[in-house]
Amino acid sequence: MKNRLIWPLVALAALLLLNLVVTPSFFALRIQDGALYGGLVDVLKNGAPTLLIALGMTLVIATRGIDLSVGAVAAIAGAVSCVHIGTSDSAGTAFAGMAMALLLCALLGLWNGFLVAGMGIQPIIATLVLMTAGRGIAMLVTEGQIVTVNNSAYKQVGAGFVVLPVAILISLLVLGLVAFVTRRTALGMLIESVGVNPEASRLAGVRSGTIIWTVYVFAAVCAGIAGLMISSNVSAADANNAGLWIEMDAILAVVIGGTSLAGGRYSLTGTLLGALIIQTLTTTVYTIGVAPEVTLVFKAIVVIAVCLVQAPKARAALSFRKVAVPS
Amino acid sequence: MTESPPPVVQMRGISLAFPGVKALQDVDFRLFPGEVHALMGENGAGKSTLIKTLTGVHRPDSGQVSLAGADVAFSSPGEAQHAGISTVYQEVNLCANLTVAENILLGREPRRFGGVDFSAMRKRAAEVLARIGVHIDPASSLGEHPIAVQQLVAIARAIAVDCRVLVLDEPTSSLDAGEVAELFRIMRVLRDEGVAILFVSHFLDQVYEISDRMTVLRNGTLVGEHLTAEVDRRTLIAQMIGRDLGALEAIEDAAEKRKTGGPVLVQASGLGRKGAIEPFDLEIRAGEVVGLAGLLGSGRTELARLLFGADRADSGKVLVDGAPLRLRGPRSAIAAGIAFSSEDRKGEGLVADLSIRDNLVLAMQAARGWTRPLSRRTKDQLVEKYLKALDIRPANPDALVRTLSGGNQQKVLLARWLVTEPRLLILDEPTRGIDIGAKAQIQQLVTALAAEGTAVLFISAELEEVVRIADRIVVLRDRRKIAELDGSVTGVDEVVELIAGGAAPEPEKVVS
Repeated sequence: MKNRLIWPLVALAALLLLNLVVTPSFFALRIQDGALYGGLVDVLKNGAPTLLIALGMTLVIATRGIDLSVGAVAAIAGAVSCVHIGTSDSAGTAFAGMAMALLLCALLGLWNGFLVAGMGIQPIIATLVLMTAGRGIAMLVTEGQIVTVNNSAYKQVGAGFVVLPVAILISLLVLGLVAFVTRRTALGMLIESVGVNPEASRLAGVRSGTIIWTVYVFAAVCAGIAGLMISSNVSAADANNAGLWIEMDAILAVVIGGTSLAGGRYSLTGTLLGALIIQTLTTTVYTIGVAPEVTLVFKAIVVIAVCLVQAPKARAALSFRKVAVPS
Repeated sequence: MTESPPPVVQMRGISLAFPGVKALQDVDFRLFPGEVHALMGENGAGKSTLIKTLTGVHRPDSGQVSLAGADVAFSSPGEAQHAGISTVYQEVNLCANLTVAENILLGREPRRFGGVDFSAMRKRAAEVLARIGVHIDPASSLGEHPIAVQQLVAIARAIAVDCRVLVLDEPTSSLDAGEVAELFRIMRVLRDEGVAILFVSHFLDQVYEISDRMTVLRNGTLVGEHLTAEVDRRTLIAQMIGRDLGALEAIEDAAEKRKTGGPVLVQASGLGRKGAIEPFDLEIRAGEVVGLAGLLGSGRTELARLLFGADRADSGKVLVDGAPLRLRGPRSAIAAGIAFSSEDRKGEGLVADLSIRDNLVLAMQAARGWTRPLSRRTKDQLVEKYLKALDIRPANPDALVRTLSGGNQQKVLLARWLVTEPRLLILDEPTRGIDIGAKAQIQQLVTALAAEGTAVLFISAELEEVVRIADRIVVLRDRRKIAELDGSVTGVDEVVELIAGGAAPEPEKVVS
């Protein structure tokens, strides 16, 4: 597993170095009003929603599934909390709104789990339903408007600082929690087992339905938290654009991190690296001033390069490294 | 069968090895024009490998294939087909959404002005269908027709090219009696036209009805070639199943020493599932090894899966310790102390990409639920114990199960269930495809377990093994339990007799 993380690490280092060359102050950190600022902090902060969603996606993919609805779920979370908060500036209202939003997200996750585990629908189709319908639900909640709020407690989630941006702290907390829960309990092993061989797992007595249900709920809750961050950061809920295409970034992050779309073994560290690469890439595009019209091409090239060096065929071609570095 | 013309296919000294398995060893095979030739053998005997060697899917490591007297070495099924060898596989490999005519001529459509000439195509397809006496509209879409007709269309596709050799791999497994008769009629038409037909089927009645000659394989070696009329069922089955006495250590002593008067542990009455196995009664006592004997497709595995709840029974009930057990799935069986080691190690047994450790504790962990993980120490103790007890190699708990040999994989699967300390252990073909040493170890383990009071249901295609190891033998034929024999006094011959169904002709078999 450690070996598989080498290439993502190299890619990340290369991107960071490129930024350093273009912007010598990129690595500089400064403390202002008890908060940490700098290029690296920005990368982490802007990457927090993607990382969160990618964590949920990792577990879903490990069970041979995929969740396309996370972007829409993120939009719903933002919409529900902002509509609930309205013009209020009370922390209580903000927390109630966020709790409502996350509860709804958990329900949406149950729905996905029901379609996949209960009805046996292919995950890509099952979650496509909510991917398209979810934006509609968010539009209904916001009545088609961009809902703006002015709530200081709510603003903390996406834009606040406790030395580091709160968004970073939340996503790292979730990362730690997932790592702890999946690796300290048997959940991780059972998820992998279901992903590698569902039938063998069933015959060994694994409750694969429950496991699959769990990961979809978890993915939806992660998406909900990410949605709250996105909306809190701009103090507004935009049903159309919040979390747009973020499912693609999340899937990419998982794949770059070395978790196979065929399910089975997964790597949370890999997903963390993947999410950082995606975000650094986006940042790099701005810092080195890539023309907007070729931004996507530039991103695609980097992603393809990282995926290629991880492909079995390419690795076989590069296997002369194995001689020098026995694993 | 007077003096025959020279064989159209001749294979000499064919050997082929896959990693860890010798699939074929020095096999000779000949196929004459105008005959239906049955290829016989149990699972893993090398039938499919031989067919795939003939049709260019595999290249033999050594040996020579010749077609109509000329040496050939096909590197793809396409080349073989071009040379006149067409194959129809068990599963219908056609496109249900295309028309019958398109399916028959897919890839070789008549062309006109750079496009497909549909009217010529329909005409050509109709000719082919008429040749085998199938009267369906070539323009109708294939999916509208029942599986049996689709199978016939597959044959039409196979003979639409100039076909000298037609390979039919289990063509009857999803057909009913009438459809089988229709298929046989077509096979006879083609045979009389001079096509050499290679036929694989597990149904002895069908083999005896249609074939002129047969070749028997066992464990990748040629056992014999006979004219069908000259070999009776008993001899055939004995050849297929093998009787390599004395190849393994003496296990029978242990079986004698055991007393089998334990209390009844599991009792099935009227348990059955439509299309899988007819309702049967079965009692298994603690400390007893019950053997299941029968040919492939006789319902051995199906019976085991019902007992374990892997499939739902539609009739009957299971009692454990005299109390009814609601078998809603494997979990309820496991909770009642029943374990099932599947014959399909890779597909239904092991989780190949996980480590030995994870595979060993999987069933126990699953029973506990994910919130109550086994501690690292417990796991290590269990793993160490079973790695040693079963002599699993490499003895590295972190090795991925995928990398182990077949015998060691089987032991890991066994160990997974032993960890749960089952009261009834169902072993489906636990010794298939593994080397002789591991085989003896597993057999000894089974007797040792029984001596400790575990009930074992032992399924194996190798009759010798079943007879040697079992206290009681349940014989299955055609998805029915037909007899129960006392293992200590039964010989292989007696079981073979039962499986063969005596000399009396069986009623026409209906499969579906």
